Amino acid sequence: MIHKRSRWVIAMLCFGLAFLYVPIFLLILYSFNHSKLVPIWGGFSTRWYTVLFESPEVWEAVMLSLRIALINATFATLLGTLAALAMVRFGRFKGRTLFSGMISAPLVMPEVITGLSLLLLFITLADIIGWPGARGFTTITIAHITFSMAYVAVIIQSRLIGMDQSIEEAAQDLGAKPLRVLWDITLPILAPGMLAGWLLAFTLSLDDLVIASFVTGPGSNTLPILIFSRIKLGLKPDINALATLIILTVSIGVLLAAWLMWRQEKQRMQDRKMASRTDH
Amino acid sequence: MSTDLNDTHRPWLDPKQEPFIKIRGVTKRFGDFTAVDNVDLDIYKSELFCLLGGSGCGKSTLLRMLAGFETPTAGNIFIDGEAVANIPAYARPVNMMFQSYALFPHMTVEKNIAYGLKRDGLPKKEITRRVAEMIELVELGDFRQRKPNQLSGGQRQRVALARALVKQPKVLLLDEPLAALDKRLREHTQYELMNIQDQLGVTFIVVTHDQEEAMTLSTRIAVMDQGRFIQTGTPTEIYESPDSRFVANFIGSANIFQGHVITSTADHVVVRSAQDDTLQFTVRHSAELAQNTKVWVAVRPEKIRMLKDAPTTPGPNQLAGSVHDIGYLGRLSNYKIKLDNGKMIDVTHPNQTRPTSGRHLVDWDERVYLHWDSASAIVLTH
Ligand SMILES: Nc1ncnc2c1ncn2[C@@H]1O[C@H](COP(=O)(O)OP(=O)(O)O)[C@@H](O)[C@H]1O
Ligand SMILES: [Mg+2]
Repeated sequence: MIHKRSRWVIAMLCFGLAFLYVPIFLLILYSFNHSKLVPIWGGFSTRWYTVLFESPEVWEAVMLSLRIALINATFATLLGTLAALAMVRFGRFKGRTLFSGMISAPLVMPEVITGLSLLLLFITLADIIGWPGARGFTTITIAHITFSMAYVAVIIQSRLIGMDQSIEEAAQDLGAKPLRVLWDITLPILAPGMLAGWLLAFTLSLDDLVIASFVTGPGSNTLPILIFSRIKLGLKPDINALATLIILTVSIGVLLAAWLMWRQEKQRMQDRKMASRTDH
Repeated sequence: MSTDLNDTHRPWLDPKQEPFIKIRGVTKRFGDFTAVDNVDLDIYKSELFCLLGGSGCGKSTLLRMLAGFETPTAGNIFIDGEAVANIPAYARPVNMMFQSYALFPHMTVEKNIAYGLKRDGLPKKEITRRVAEMIELVELGDFRQRKPNQLSGGQRQRVALARALVKQPKVLLLDEPLAALDKRLREHTQYELMNIQDQLGVTFIVVTHDQEEAMTLSTRIAVMDQGRFIQTGTPTEIYESPDSRFVANFIGSANIFQGHVITSTADHVVVRSAQDDTLQFTVRHSAELAQNTKVWVAVRPEKIRMLKDAPTTPGPNQLAGSVHDIGYLGRLSNYKIKLDNGKMIDVTHPNQTRPTSGRHLVDWDERVYLHWDSASAIVLTH
């Protein structure tokens, strides 16, 4: 009975995993396909990688996406942290509930709506003050900051709520003025949360197709926009190569994060052992 | 030069002494909830003063007002003659040891302790010297490079203490400093705390809910309830002369008999029990009470003598009953005696001899006779 059930479970697991990974595996496999027609195997080759690296369009898209992601992550982290601090630490100001509701609204807002409303904003602004003149890098970055900031704010907010406030009071008690407390105590303790927020904002931005499509202008293609527009013209092997490279990058990132977490956990175990060994 | 030992040790008795901390009419409200209710208090230099009370009675709130983390809704606080209302927490001449210790998790023991001195802008050499001294004092030499999460509870407690003391504050505020330690370590640390206070001569204000801790540590205790001071005095005064039933019950335990004054002379009162007309108590008491005043007679369990034989002459403060329960605690035993009128009385006796073959001084259901001196009980009017 038990034996039967465990077989059933294993079968389900295999099916689930296959469902997740077979498409990815196919993608990688076909990126090494010599044939120009995607579903027909024409022998192993790396020619699509060469094609990819020789295409200035792809390089431009990669660089644009990275630039946007970097600037977005940095500003979103800064602004999100400030917003979280304002909500959690600076007492009850008028309209705090409204503010905290508003800051997390982008989390649940359909991307299409966010994109559309931002586009409207940019058009209106261009009409009134003549800025932004052309849509592209600047508008996409601003759009990304507005929604990824909300994610960062939520992460930092939860860290702040979980943090023992008397630690900050202790610093003040020892003679640190409020800004000093922020710099010496609050921010270092929040640093892991800020790093997590930064990484999240970075990936959100790299990943975004919908909002970027709304607020971009002619000639400014981020990587997702480029891939999507090419796919519309039919499956192309060089896009498979590009996707494979992205998968590789993401895998390395995930492994790195797992390793860091494992090390942290080991450190924590060591600390606990050290602490319990030494009481008098 | 008159060196009256009593007065240097008990400055609160000397009207010429200026209190170091004056709390005048301080009230703190959170919305319509009153956490601290119109409190007055004088604390003198080098005292080890305890604020004692149950959880939620406003002890921490009062301490936080002294430290500058809460602003009084009404009233004034003076430290060393100076009104502190407009001095922010970071500029007050007091330091606080937090109940959670509030150590900086990202700094080593050494850096934690040095933090306050750095904020004062002391020269590096001076900081190093004073931190080393402090580490020596709290015996953390082997742990100076450790982070707080690599320390045990007792070590963290000492880091917190060192960090607050290293700034040589005029007053050190300690919020439940020993609550997080286990019992053995707590007792040890109590004495350590007293030694350190004695060595440095800093005024300590300790918040605690543990009455034994308060009795052991303090020069004086203020018993708090619902944001108010119920009684302030030395541990002996609080224990031996509580002025209300609340204090008598809160500090230690007490057997309390309700009754009415029959006669009252200059040095004693006679009270008749309300529950049992045949019972009369004679209590030494300095103030005269009007006849028929409703009073309560309180006797501590350890002040009651328990005999197996009936007294030869009847007199006041004599009761009879049978042993209902025995709680053997090792060095002493608690007996619950059921009086003939049904009331339960607690009696505590030291176990001065080893009980042979498991037998106690008295046995379950054995008939016993209780008696106490007229000076051992007290009369309470509320
Ligand atoms: N910042 C605050 N806001 C609202 N109520 C508070 C605040 N701080 C304390 N209180 C309330 O005041 C009462 C006294 O608290 P506290 O002084 O911490 O008690 P304790 O004697 O246990 O230290 C408690 O009922 C607590 O809920
Ligand atoms: Mg408290």
